[in-house]
Amino acid sequence: MPETMIEAESITKAFGSTLALRSVDLKVEAGTVLGLLGPNGAGKTTLVRILTTLLKPDSGRATVAGYDVIHDAVTVRAMIGLAGQFAAVDDLLTGRENLELVGLLYHLGSKERKLRADEVLERLSLTDAADRLVKTYSGGMRRRLDLGASLVGHPRILILDEPTTGLDPATRIDLWQFIEALVADGTTLLLTTQYLEEADRLANRIVVIDHGQVIAEGTANELKDQLGGNVLEVTITDQDQLEKAAAVLADLGHGPPSYDRAGGLITLATDGKAEMLLEAARRLEENGIALDDIGLRRPSLDDVFLALTGKPTEDLPGTADTRQRLDPSGVL
Amino acid sequence: MTVLDTASSGASTRQAPSHSVTFGMTLVDIGGITRRNLLRILRTPRLLVFSSIQPIMFVLLFRYVFAGAIKVPNGLYVDYLMPGIFVQTALFGGASTAVGLAADLQGGMIDRFRSLPMARSAVLAGRTIADLIRNVVVLVLMVAVGVLVGFRFRASPGSDVAGLALVLLFGYAFSWVFVTTGLLVKDPETAQVAGFLPLFPLVFASSAFVPVSTMPGWLQAFANVQPVSVTVDAVRGLLSGGAVEHWLWQSISWGVGIFLVFAILSVRQYRRL
Repeated sequence: MPETMIEAESITKAFGSTLALRSVDLKVEAGTVLGLLGPNGAGKTTLVRILTTLLKPDSGRATVAGYDVIHDAVTVRAMIGLAGQFAAVDDLLTGRENLELVGLLYHLGSKERKLRADEVLERLSLTDAADRLVKTYSGGMRRRLDLGASLVGHPRILILDEPTTGLDPATRIDLWQFIEALVADGTTLLLTTQYLEEADRLANRIVVIDHGQVIAEGTANELKDQLGGNVLEVTITDQDQLEKAAAVLADLGHGPPSYDRAGGLITLATDGKAEMLLEAARRLEENGIALDDIGLRRPSLDDVFLALTGKPTEDLPGTADTRQRLDPSGVL
Repeated sequence: MTVLDTASSGASTRQAPSHSVTFGMTLVDIGGITRRNLLRILRTPRLLVFSSIQPIMFVLLFRYVFAGAIKVPNGLYVDYLMPGIFVQTALFGGASTAVGLAADLQGGMIDRFRSLPMARSAVLAGRTIADLIRNVVVLVLMVAVGVLVGFRFRASPGSDVAGLALVLLFGYAFSWVFVTTGLLVKDPETAQVAGFLPLFPLVFASSAFVPVSTMPGWLQAFANVQPVSVTVDAVRGLLSGGAVEHWLWQSISWGVGIFLVFAILSVRQYRRL
């Protein structure tokens, strides 16, 4: 049986009258990546703060590497590396000084501290900037240094809270590669994100959380299978006919169609049979609606998320496969 | 279902914690955080310069604008004034403690420190010690400014050193009030303003700039017993070679009391952030 590195049982936490977490269960096996996925305010950060000993739950219990996060908090802290939502590095220290300070606080000896800082700087391609003050760093460099700081103590377990939020696409992909390399070395990773693409790429298993509750979990494929069948995608030529086309297709799917005006795109979860595709094409033709494209595809995590929460996730800015939405703001 | 429930269903719960923070580690942690904060002070020299200008303006204001209107019982007003200025400078310097901690909270530094296996008191102790060291530098500057405008040490060297040490230690004790403020308000701008609130009545309704006997009776009742007055009177006695015993004892009691109460409050607040 694989070793469980992170386990949460019935974790509940309220802030005043707001219930941030309602009886959340979670398990991460050694050497795997769990993606904790959910919209803003879902409770992801609260759960991370409990698992990293920063916050006490109201009830329930959590262990990290078998150690209780309340009773053995110091031991837990010695085993984990945390990179939070802010790049928590000191602007007025150099990159090297930041890492050596963290090494000192892990109680590494002075030689080991220097050696480890060099290793981490090298690993995160920051060697050239090592002796510059962090205030001269770009946003991506600060995030890399922050991730580096979480690696100084040789953690077996890494907890990253929205590591790429607010980064440009190229920097995000860089950071993903660093994270993948760490996982390849056997680090257990818990990652929170509001980006489906990130969870899809990095995580072995995904837990979807909304309003403080776990609403789905499984591998990316299992989650997609939960939706059943395939997704019908229709792109129409004349955007003024969008509502009409959606109405014509409505009873072919499992739920109401979602559409995107700017792209003239209609999306519908269906049973995915070929007859359905032919039926859709016939109905559109009968109603005189001209098509640019029609096809079936595997559901994306985006579709799963929409079906589960009734709201779309944040789109990754500038990535090719995400659909244009009516309101593409809110990420950067 | 309770957090005290140790019955384990999945992962094994190990019996004894294998890590704890020893006293030696605590000292190492305090040293590391102190060094970090001193580097920050050194790398913002403009802040140090501008924060020194304010007390210098106070010296000039009282020495040359108000001095003629203020009568002190015996001796020169400049000798009366400077001990008050020293104490005021040490106290006002503490505001940077509140601002610095609130900024660390907002920027996520405190979360990082709290997720490390370090002593929890070290972040606060390292902050106050760094600010104490900065206060030493500012005090030396203020002594130099005082001498330039006519202030003279009139006691034995030992007594003079004791007077300046009392200024620094009282300032250090009071910096824990600012630690508590910074942790409570959690944002640097509010911390800046909130930190000064308790200081104004304490510094101005005191014997720092004018004799308490010139105040209305009800105010005298407060001004005679409050910690800033007794400390200024003790420092004044030590630097002029006058009688101090009664004030010195009171000042030390206040300092120890303020330190204990606010250190406990702030460490408790830090734990439950």
